[in-house]
Amino acid sequence: MTKAPAGTLYRGREGMWSWVAHRITGVLIFFFLLVHVLDTALVRVSPEAYDDIIGTYQNPVVGLGETGLVAAVLFHALNGLRVMAVDLWAKGTRYHRQLFYGVVGTWVLLMIPFTVRHLGNVFGE
Amino acid sequence: MSAPDIEAPRTRSRIRATRTDVELCSWLFMRMSGVVLVALITLHLVMNLVVGDGIQGVDFAFVAGKWADPFWQVVDLTMLWLAMIHGTNGVRTVINDHARRDLTRYWLKMLLYLSFTVVVVLGTLVVLTFDPCPVGADAALLPDFCPAR
Repeated sequence: MTKAPAGTLYRGREGMWSWVAHRITGVLIFFFLLVHVLDTALVRVSPEAYDDIIGTYQNPVVGLGETGLVAAVLFHALNGLRVMAVDLWAKGTRYHRQLFYGVVGTWVLLMIPFTVRHLGNVFGE
Repeated sequence: MSAPDIEAPRTRSRIRATRTDVELCSWLFMRMSGVVLVALITLHLVMNLVVGDGIQGVDFAFVAGKWADPFWQVVDLTMLWLAMIHGTNGVRTVINDHARRDLTRYWLKMLLYLSFTVVVVLGTLVVLTFDPCPVGADAALLPDFCPAR
Protein backbone atom coordinates (compact mmCIF):
# COMPACT_ATOMS: atom_id res chain seq x y z
CA MET A 1 0.00 0.00 0.00
CA THR A 2 1.47 3.31 -1.01
CA LYS A 3 1.14 6.26 1.25
CA ALA A 4 -0.41 9.36 -0.28
CA PRO A 5 2.20 12.09 -0.61
CA ALA A 6 1.86 14.62 2.17
CA GLY A 7 0.56 18.09 1.45
CA THR A 8 -1.54 17.46 -1.64
CA LEU A 9 -4.88 18.03 0.05
CA TYR A 10 -5.91 21.66 0.21
CA ARG A 11 -6.43 22.54 3.84
CA GLY A 12 -7.95 25.97 3.82
CA ARG A 13 -8.35 28.06 6.89
CA GLU A 14 -11.10 30.48 7.93
CA GLY A 15 -11.87 31.45 4.32
CA MET A 16 -12.47 27.87 3.17
CA TRP A 17 -14.41 26.74 6.23
CA SER A 18 -16.73 29.75 6.12
CA TRP A 19 -17.39 28.91 2.45
CA VAL A 20 -18.15 25.26 3.33
CA ALA A 21 -20.44 26.28 6.20
CA HIS A 22 -22.20 28.86 4.00
CA ARG A 23 -22.98 26.17 1.38
CA ILE A 24 -24.21 23.58 3.87
CA THR A 25 -26.42 26.05 5.77
CA GLY A 26 -27.73 27.50 2.49
CA VAL A 27 -28.79 24.12 1.07
CA LEU A 28 -30.34 23.12 4.43
CA ILE A 29 -32.36 26.35 4.63
CA PHE A 30 -33.53 25.95 1.00
CA PHE A 31 -34.94 22.47 1.63
CA PHE A 32 -36.63 23.64 4.82
CA LEU A 33 -38.13 26.57 2.89
CA LEU A 34 -39.76 24.18 0.38
CA VAL A 35 -41.33 22.20 3.24
CA HIS A 36 -42.30 25.36 5.15
CA VAL A 37 -44.25 26.84 2.20
CA LEU A 38 -46.07 23.52 1.75
CA ASP A 39 -47.03 23.21 5.45
CA THR A 40 -48.16 26.85 5.57
CA ALA A 41 -50.27 26.24 2.45
CA LEU A 42 -52.54 24.10 4.66
CA VAL A 43 -54.12 27.34 6.01
CA ARG A 44 -55.93 27.32 2.67
CA VAL A 45 -57.29 23.80 3.30
CA SER A 46 -58.83 24.27 6.77
CA PRO A 47 -57.96 25.65 10.22
CA GLU A 48 -58.00 22.05 11.53
CA ALA A 49 -55.45 20.86 8.92
CA TYR A 50 -53.11 23.76 9.69
CA ASP A 51 -53.34 23.40 13.48
CA ASP A 52 -52.61 19.68 13.10
CA ILE A 53 -49.40 20.21 11.13
CA ILE A 54 -48.20 23.11 13.29
CA GLY A 55 -48.71 20.82 16.30
CA THR A 56 -45.77 18.76 15.03
CA TYR A 57 -43.62 21.92 15.09
CA GLN A 58 -44.46 22.27 18.79
CA ASN A 59 -43.21 18.75 19.54
CA PRO A 60 -40.00 18.83 21.67
CA VAL A 61 -37.88 16.88 19.16
CA VAL A 62 -38.88 19.19 16.30
CA GLY A 63 -38.31 22.12 18.70
CA LEU A 64 -34.65 21.11 18.98
CA GLY A 65 -34.51 20.89 15.17
CA GLU A 66 -35.91 24.43 14.94
CA THR A 67 -33.12 25.66 17.18
CA GLY A 68 -30.64 24.11 14.74
CA LEU A 69 -32.47 25.67 11.82
CA VAL A 70 -32.36 29.15 13.39
CA ALA A 71 -28.64 28.56 14.07
CA ALA A 72 -28.17 27.82 10.35
CA VAL A 73 -30.21 30.87 9.29
CA LEU A 74 -28.31 33.21 11.64
CA PHE A 75 -24.92 31.90 10.52
CA HIS A 76 -25.87 32.21 6.85
CA ALA A 77 -27.15 35.77 7.42
CA LEU A 78 -24.08 36.97 9.34
CA ASN A 79 -21.61 35.23 7.05
CA GLY A 80 -23.47 36.64 4.02
CA LEU A 81 -22.92 40.14 5.42
CA ARG A 82 -19.23 39.23 5.82
CA VAL A 83 -19.08 38.10 2.16
CA MET A 84 -20.52 41.47 1.13
CA ALA A 85 -17.96 43.28 3.26
CA VAL A 86 -15.15 41.28 1.62
CA ASP A 87 -16.52 42.03 -1.86
CA LEU A 88 -17.48 45.67 -1.47
CA TRP A 89 -15.42 47.18 1.37
CA ALA A 90 -11.91 48.25 0.28
CA LYS A 91 -10.28 46.71 3.37
CA GLY A 92 -12.57 43.65 3.43
CA THR A 93 -10.02 41.19 2.01
CA ARG A 94 -7.34 42.32 4.47
CA TYR A 95 -9.61 41.79 7.48
CA HIS A 96 -11.63 38.76 6.23
CA ARG A 97 -10.27 36.58 9.05
CA GLN A 98 -11.19 39.10 11.76
CA LEU A 99 -14.59 39.49 10.11
CA PHE A 100 -15.07 35.73 10.30
CA TYR A 101 -14.35 35.67 14.04
CA GLY A 102 -16.76 38.59 14.38
CA VAL A 103 -19.41 36.46 12.62
CA VAL A 104 -18.83 33.49 14.93
CA GLY A 105 -18.84 35.70 18.05
CA THR A 106 -22.04 37.54 17.07
CA TRP A 107 -23.66 34.23 16.17
CA VAL A 108 -22.91 32.76 19.62
CA LEU A 109 -24.15 35.94 21.34
CA LEU A 110 -27.47 35.77 19.43
CA MET A 111 -27.92 32.00 19.79
CA ILE A 112 -27.62 31.94 23.60
CA PRO A 113 -30.69 34.11 24.35
CA PHE A 114 -32.65 32.62 21.42
CA THR A 115 -32.02 29.04 22.59
CA VAL A 116 -33.06 29.91 26.16
CA ARG A 117 -36.25 31.59 24.93
CA HIS A 118 -37.21 28.99 22.31
CA LEU A 119 -36.50 25.86 24.35
CA GLY A 120 -38.30 27.55 27.25
CA ASN A 121 -41.38 27.82 24.99
CA VAL A 122 -41.00 24.27 23.66
CA PHE A 123 -40.44 22.51 26.99
CA GLY A 124 -42.46 24.92 29.19
CA GLU A 125 -46.18 24.45 29.72
CA MET B 1 24.60 50.87 -26.20
CA SER B 2 21.28 51.11 -27.91
CA ALA B 3 17.93 50.78 -26.27
CA PRO B 4 16.52 47.22 -26.60
CA ASP B 5 13.64 46.79 -28.93
CA ILE B 6 10.48 46.23 -27.00
CA GLU B 7 7.61 44.73 -28.88
CA ALA B 8 4.21 46.34 -28.66
CA PRO B 9 2.12 44.51 -26.11
CA ARG B 10 -0.47 42.14 -27.45
CA THR B 11 -3.76 43.82 -28.06
CA ARG B 12 -6.47 42.27 -25.96
CA SER B 13 -8.99 40.25 -27.81
CA ARG B 14 -12.27 42.08 -28.16
CA ILE B 15 -14.20 38.83 -27.89
CA ARG B 16 -15.75 38.50 -24.47
CA ALA B 17 -15.80 35.24 -22.58
CA THR B 18 -19.57 35.34 -22.27
CA ARG B 19 -22.20 37.06 -24.34
CA THR B 20 -24.46 38.12 -21.51
CA ASP B 21 -24.21 39.51 -18.01
CA VAL B 22 -26.32 36.75 -16.44
CA GLU B 23 -23.67 35.70 -13.91
CA LEU B 24 -22.96 39.33 -12.99
CA CYS B 25 -26.69 39.91 -12.41
CA SER B 26 -26.79 36.72 -10.33
CA TRP B 27 -23.84 37.90 -8.19
CA LEU B 28 -25.44 41.32 -7.66
CA PHE B 29 -28.88 39.84 -6.93
CA MET B 30 -27.49 37.53 -4.22
CA ARG B 31 -26.05 40.54 -2.38
CA MET B 32 -29.04 42.85 -2.77
CA SER B 33 -31.65 40.20 -1.90
CA GLY B 34 -29.36 38.97 0.91
CA VAL B 35 -29.47 42.32 2.73
CA VAL B 36 -33.28 42.53 2.42
CA LEU B 37 -33.71 38.90 3.51
CA VAL B 38 -31.59 39.43 6.64
CA ALA B 39 -34.07 42.15 7.71
CA LEU B 40 -37.24 40.28 6.66
CA ILE B 41 -36.28 36.91 8.16
CA THR B 42 -35.09 38.50 11.42
CA LEU B 43 -38.53 40.16 11.69
CA HIS B 44 -40.23 36.83 10.80
CA LEU B 45 -38.31 34.91 13.49
CA VAL B 46 -38.88 37.58 16.16
CA MET B 47 -42.63 37.81 15.40
CA ASN B 48 -43.23 34.04 15.21
CA LEU B 49 -40.72 32.50 17.65
CA VAL B 50 -39.61 35.14 20.19
CA VAL B 51 -42.42 37.53 21.18
CA GLY B 52 -45.67 36.38 22.84
CA ASP B 53 -45.86 32.61 23.35
CA GLY B 54 -43.31 31.92 20.60
CA ILE B 55 -43.94 28.68 18.69
CA GLN B 56 -46.74 27.73 21.14
CA GLY B 57 -48.72 30.77 19.98
CA VAL B 58 -48.61 29.84 16.28
CA ASP B 59 -51.92 28.44 15.02
CA PHE B 60 -54.54 29.22 12.36
CA ALA B 61 -55.86 32.22 14.31
CA PHE B 62 -52.33 33.67 14.57
CA VAL B 63 -51.67 33.37 10.82
CA ALA B 64 -55.16 34.67 10.00
CA GLY B 65 -54.57 37.70 12.23
CA LYS B 66 -51.41 38.51 10.28
CA TRP B 67 -52.75 37.94 6.76
CA ALA B 68 -55.97 39.85 7.40
CA ASP B 69 -53.61 42.85 7.23
CA PRO B 70 -52.28 43.77 3.73
CA PHE B 71 -49.00 44.86 5.36
CA TRP B 72 -48.15 41.28 6.39
CA GLN B 73 -49.36 39.90 3.06
CA VAL B 74 -46.88 42.19 1.26
CA VAL B 75 -44.08 41.38 3.75
CA ASP B 76 -44.61 37.62 3.44
CA LEU B 77 -45.00 37.66 -0.36
CA THR B 78 -41.77 39.68 -0.70
CA MET B 79 -40.03 37.23 1.62
CA LEU B 80 -41.38 34.22 -0.32
CA TRP B 81 -40.23 35.52 -3.70
CA LEU B 82 -36.83 36.84 -2.61
CA ALA B 83 -36.02 33.74 -0.53
CA MET B 84 -37.07 31.35 -3.30
CA ILE B 85 -35.08 33.16 -6.02
CA HIS B 86 -32.06 33.55 -3.69
CA GLY B 87 -32.22 29.89 -2.63
CA THR B 88 -32.81 28.54 -6.14
CA ASN B 89 -29.91 30.58 -7.48
CA GLY B 90 -27.70 29.32 -4.65
CA VAL B 91 -28.59 25.67 -5.29
CA ARG B 92 -28.06 26.26 -9.04
CA THR B 93 -24.49 27.35 -8.20
CA VAL B 94 -23.99 24.28 -6.00
CA ILE B 95 -25.23 21.97 -8.81
CA ASN B 96 -22.95 23.68 -11.36
CA ASP B 97 -19.99 23.26 -8.99
CA HIS B 98 -20.46 19.68 -7.88
CA ALA B 99 -22.40 17.71 -10.54
CA ARG B 100 -19.82 16.57 -13.09
CA ARG B 101 -21.87 15.02 -15.90
CA ASP B 102 -23.67 17.39 -18.30
CA LEU B 103 -26.84 15.33 -18.19
CA THR B 104 -26.83 15.15 -14.38
CA ARG B 105 -26.48 18.93 -14.15
CA TYR B 106 -29.25 19.41 -16.70
CA TRP B 107 -31.79 17.20 -14.92
CA LEU B 108 -30.93 18.41 -11.41
CA LYS B 109 -31.51 21.99 -12.57
CA MET B 110 -34.77 21.09 -14.32
CA LEU B 111 -35.98 19.50 -11.08
CA LEU B 112 -34.85 22.61 -9.19
CA TYR B 113 -36.73 24.98 -11.52
CA LEU B 114 -39.83 22.80 -11.36
CA SER B 115 -39.77 22.88 -7.52
CA PHE B 116 -39.26 26.65 -7.65
CA THR B 117 -42.31 27.14 -9.89
CA VAL B 118 -44.59 24.87 -7.88
CA VAL B 119 -43.64 26.39 -4.50
CA VAL B 120 -43.75 30.04 -5.61
CA VAL B 121 -47.07 29.69 -7.46
CA LEU B 122 -48.65 27.76 -4.58
CA GLY B 123 -47.32 30.14 -1.92
CA THR B 124 -48.43 33.23 -3.83
CA LEU B 125 -51.94 31.85 -4.39
CA VAL B 126 -52.25 30.91 -0.71
CA VAL B 127 -51.33 34.42 0.51
CA LEU B 128 -53.47 36.23 -2.08
CA THR B 129 -56.62 34.08 -1.84
CA PHE B 130 -56.46 33.55 1.93
CA ASP B 131 -59.75 33.82 3.87
CA PRO B 132 -59.20 34.46 7.60
CA CYS B 133 -62.80 33.47 8.42
CA PRO B 134 -63.63 30.36 6.33
CA VAL B 135 -67.33 29.41 6.41
CA GLY B 136 -68.12 26.12 8.17
CA ALA B 137 -64.86 25.95 10.14
CA ASP B 138 -64.80 25.25 13.88
CA ALA B 139 -65.42 28.74 15.33
CA ALA B 140 -63.06 28.06 18.26
CA LEU B 141 -60.10 27.93 15.86
CA LEU B 142 -60.86 31.27 14.17
CA PRO B 143 -59.39 34.69 15.08
CA ASP B 144 -61.45 36.94 17.40
CA PHE B 145 -62.56 39.34 14.65
CA CYS B 146 -64.49 36.65 12.70
CA PRO B 147 -68.33 37.00 12.81
CA ALA B 148 -68.64 33.27 13.59
CA ARG B 149 -66.99 33.86 16.99
